[in-house]
Amino acid sequence: MFSNPLSLVIWTPIVAGLLVLATGGDQRATLARWLALAGALAGFLVSLPLFTQFNNLHGGMQFVENLPWIESLGIRYHLGVDGISMLFIVLNSFTTLMVVLAGWEVIQKRAGHYMAAFLIMSGLINGAFAALDAILFYVFFEGMLIPMYLIIGIWGGPRRVYASVKFFLYTLLGSLLMLVAFIYLYFQAGKTFEIEAFQALAKIPRDVQLLLFIAFFLSFAVKVPMWPVHTWLPDAHVEAPTGGSMVLAAITLKIGAYGFLRFALPIVPDAALQVAPIMVGLSLVAVVYIGLVALVQTDMKKLVAYSSISHMGFVTLGMFLFTGSQMNVWALEGALVQMVSHGFISAGMFFCIGVMYDRVHSRNIADYGGVANKMPIFAAFMMLFAMSNSGLPATSGFVGEFMVIMGAVQVNFWVAALAATTLIFGAAYTLWMYKRVIFGEVGNDHVEHMQDVNKREFLVLAILALAVLGMGLYPQLFVEKMHLSVNDLIAHVAQSKL
Amino acid sequence: MDMKSLYLLIALSPLVGSVIAGLFGWAIGRRAAHVVTILGVAVSAVLSIGVLKGFLDGSAQVFNGPVYTWLTVNGFEFSVGFLVDSLTAMMLVVVTSVSLMVHIYTIGYMHEDPGYQRFFSYISLFTFSMLMLVMSNNFIQLFFGWEAVGLVSYLLIGFWFKRPTATFANLKAFLVNRVGDFGFLLGIGLVLAYFGGSLNYTDVFAAAPALASKTIQIIPGVEWSLLTVTCILLFVGAMGKSAQFPLHVWLPDSMEGPTPISALIHAATMVTAGIFMVSRMSPLFEMSDTALNVVMVAGSITALFMGFLGIVQNDIKRVVAYSTLSQLGYMTVALGASAYSVAMFHVMTHAFFKALLFLGAGSVIMGMHHDQDMRNMGGLRKYMPITWLTSLLGSLALIGTPFFSGFYSKDSIILAVQASNLSASGFAYFAVIAGVFVTAFYSFRMYFLVFHGKERWMEVKHDHHHHDDDHGDDHHHGLGPNDKPHESPWVVTLPLVMLAIPSVLIGFFALHPLVGGEFFKGVIFTNLEKHPGLEAAMHHAHDAVAMGTHAFVSLPFWLAAAGVALAWFFYMKAPHIPAAIKQKCSGVHALLENKYYLDEIYFAVFAKGSRALGTFFWKVGDMLLIDGLLVNGTARLVGYFSSVVRKLQTGFIYSYAAIMIVGVLVLMTYWFKPLILR
Repeated sequence: MFSNPLSLVIWTPIVAGLLVLATGGDQRATLARWLALAGALAGFLVSLPLFTQFNNLHGGMQFVENLPWIESLGIRYHLGVDGISMLFIVLNSFTTLMVVLAGWEVIQKRAGHYMAAFLIMSGLINGAFAALDAILFYVFFEGMLIPMYLIIGIWGGPRRVYASVKFFLYTLLGSLLMLVAFIYLYFQAGKTFEIEAFQALAKIPRDVQLLLFIAFFLSFAVKVPMWPVHTWLPDAHVEAPTGGSMVLAAITLKIGAYGFLRFALPIVPDAALQVAPIMVGLSLVAVVYIGLVALVQTDMKKLVAYSSISHMGFVTLGMFLFTGSQMNVWALEGALVQMVSHGFISAGMFFCIGVMYDRVHSRNIADYGGVANKMPIFAAFMMLFAMSNSGLPATSGFVGEFMVIMGAVQVNFWVAALAATTLIFGAAYTLWMYKRVIFGEVGNDHVEHMQDVNKREFLVLAILALAVLGMGLYPQLFVEKMHLSVNDLIAHVAQSKL
Repeated sequence: MDMKSLYLLIALSPLVGSVIAGLFGWAIGRRAAHVVTILGVAVSAVLSIGVLKGFLDGSAQVFNGPVYTWLTVNGFEFSVGFLVDSLTAMMLVVVTSVSLMVHIYTIGYMHEDPGYQRFFSYISLFTFSMLMLVMSNNFIQLFFGWEAVGLVSYLLIGFWFKRPTATFANLKAFLVNRVGDFGFLLGIGLVLAYFGGSLNYTDVFAAAPALASKTIQIIPGVEWSLLTVTCILLFVGAMGKSAQFPLHVWLPDSMEGPTPISALIHAATMVTAGIFMVSRMSPLFEMSDTALNVVMVAGSITALFMGFLGIVQNDIKRVVAYSTLSQLGYMTVALGASAYSVAMFHVMTHAFFKALLFLGAGSVIMGMHHDQDMRNMGGLRKYMPITWLTSLLGSLALIGTPFFSGFYSKDSIILAVQASNLSASGFAYFAVIAGVFVTAFYSFRMYFLVFHGKERWMEVKHDHHHHDDDHGDDHHHGLGPNDKPHESPWVVTLPLVMLAIPSVLIGFFALHPLVGGEFFKGVIFTNLEKHPGLEAAMHHAHDAVAMGTHAFVSLPFWLAAAGVALAWFFYMKAPHIPAAIKQKCSGVHALLENKYYLDEIYFAVFAKGSRALGTFFWKVGDMLLIDGLLVNGTARLVGYFSSVVRKLQTGFIYSYAAIMIVGVLVLMTYWFKPLILR
């Protein structure tokens, strides 16, 4: 089992996490940190072959592993990735490494537990992306809530209990209905939980499809999050420690969008087509309404959280643009690119805010001003992430939005026009915040005493910056991996099941 | 070396300089930073001149090829690629030569600034971005360059990031440009969706004729010509970048940036990107008279009404800024008249004389110890002879003095507009003719106030300075009564002289090839049968000497002369008259002083409006309805039910026992019901 790369990317971080836990309390924090770094690095390294050895010319699942698990119920330990899920496993393993570095000496309280929680969560998330058995997916999908719940609840800010409970209940409630849907499909598909068997079901009546879609929607829309089930995210982000925010934005949200692609669209295509206008509408609300809400935030983390929701609006928009019964390739691939890119950018933005928070202990925009005077290197990095968040070409933030807008013009001009307002709003909220925080004379004594980034912070910022630039200048590297899988998905969704 | 490597070298050498100065400037020091960036741009400039020479003597071939594949989607390939033809070659030379002069000038202008290396890094990055823009062979890379120059403009306007005015101005510039880009991107979207599924210029232009009568429904039930909608959307992008009414408001504020970049970015090159883009797209714009009318109207309004604003400004840089707006309007009018080649001609001459005027203004500002208020100047002629002479030449070129470069390009525009048959051409002709007088008046108002008359800095009250707030280490605050202005060092005056030469001469030599000849043949497309504007300009362009001598009996010359004379009379002879006019027409004056109140209106409607809307969505939508009613409402509902159920749990054994007995009885009744009933 441990020879399979997918098992490796799941279990390496989990085992490393358990080892970190075994180091005990804070007296061996240094050991715990280095162990966690080794584990995260190992997790990232074992994920790289997925990317480099992935066969672009091969449709379907790769690196498949299929073992019995609970045979009486037909539940299997079935793993495999296509050109879509593979990207997120690599992204997740990468983000975990960044998070361990980001929390290095910042987390003083129970550092070992903190690192362990992230490592275990990383393995669980990889599991959710790799699972090809619905129950296996469900276990990973729910399991990863627990470490995140603890991360917010233990290392979070003053309102961490409210935020973590809100996060937990919000996301748990939705997924219960998904479990019901799985059980229904289990019987329809001949007593199997194979996701591919669910997708292959030839006939599902329309009203059943709608019910199944609603079950999936409640589960995944909360995760994305889509308007109007998004209000847990700003609270969770505000209270979460920096690393928690980075993973939450970079990875956790993506699982919601991934769920739509893996379950809702291919299993119930007719229902998806039927509700697509609503989904497009909700996505546009996210882009415009949430963009405006982001503009008036006074808390930097809340602002970036709302910005995340707005950018995820592009993801759901891209996934539900149909011409006839045909999904739009441009928009769909744009949505996927946006997901990966947002992983880099949001991690960068939240890390930047964390760097400032560690020095001033405030997230309020008004408590800053003139940071560039004291932290010029930091200011330059944050400028790059801010510009990428505003969708500047040659950074990753542009590519996905551009592709979705190009796809939207082909479907409906006004959808494209509303989506394109992000060019204005995205720049407005991001750069206005940047101006108030970074530019100007030194705002107060706290800012006066700010030190520029240390080597560890520089390393994290530089790696994320390279990722943002690299993906902006050469998106082909990522996009060529997904073409066949996207085409398969589109062909599959175009088949009516009525 | 093959052509692709050559063009790569032209584009990348400024980037290399920029990266070295930007990332390692702290280590290599000031001198190395300016050496490496100047070297980078110099390499580009020399090679560009070689390229242009090839196109002038006909030895060069058009190059159109990809560099690398950026993205493939759905079988369509998007590459970063170069298209180098005569239009590109001309822009290459304009961009690199002005940039080189500005780089050299910066050594003098910024020598006290702590951000010296950063500044050089930025202007080299700008040069790279602008080169990528003009060398692009497709819409995506065009958009890349478009946004990249916008980014550098943003960074440079806010270069002195401690000043609140600078960071306000750069945010404003970026956002207003984004409004333009919003249209531009949608235009690109329509191109991709309808013009053969490609974003390469050649493919799109090849697909365009077949779409001449294609209509789309933007508003359901209303058919609009696809080409018209596409061209107007693309032009919205140009309105942002080239600061055309009503998206012009960012350009005057951009003067918050250091003067060298006002010359390079906000006069000579970046702001002409919109003009360049429309000229590139001439095969599309030629097919839509509606779009051309829109272009012409926007240009006319900008040309005339922005000129008026130049009259009331007292900040020397702002006068030049409004003059730039007005001249950009002239170029846009030329585009509207289908005289794309004339517009590009004016782009070139304007790049030289306007860069000269800005750098001259910068030299004056240095001489005045960073005082920009013209009311404190006067008589600088004898203290700053080189600056004076070059500025005079620049001003003469700007107002269209016969045989100067600006004369040939501006008169060609006027001829083209006069002959245009578009419905907007009447208004446009009035605007460009009246604009000649206005231009001459504000230009020489500035000239006389700065270089002639009383030495007013001697009587300045020192709490009265405009824009003298500190930047960097520079603690000068204008001249004291006993100070003398000083001529600038050679690194400053050399670029002035080098720019003065083309400002005077280049029109004479370039007129025939650019307007009358075949330099742009196969590159810029004008349908002469439908749009006769260009033909009139071409007719005169065959003989530059005759055109120059003929000018002395033409209306524009006498209008310009009248403008100069009036400026001389008002500001040299009878300064009480403008003061009296100002008092008499205080309403008009206030209107001009406040730039038609557009800033205030935009701020109230867009900035405050979107904030109010955002607050409403946040407080009412998110907090009250979703969180208050749905989320916490659900929680409260659950809490309410639990509290009801909780009341049953009294904790007393006897009540549980009683309920249990009742339950058992009910169940037994149910189970035994069949027995009883039987």
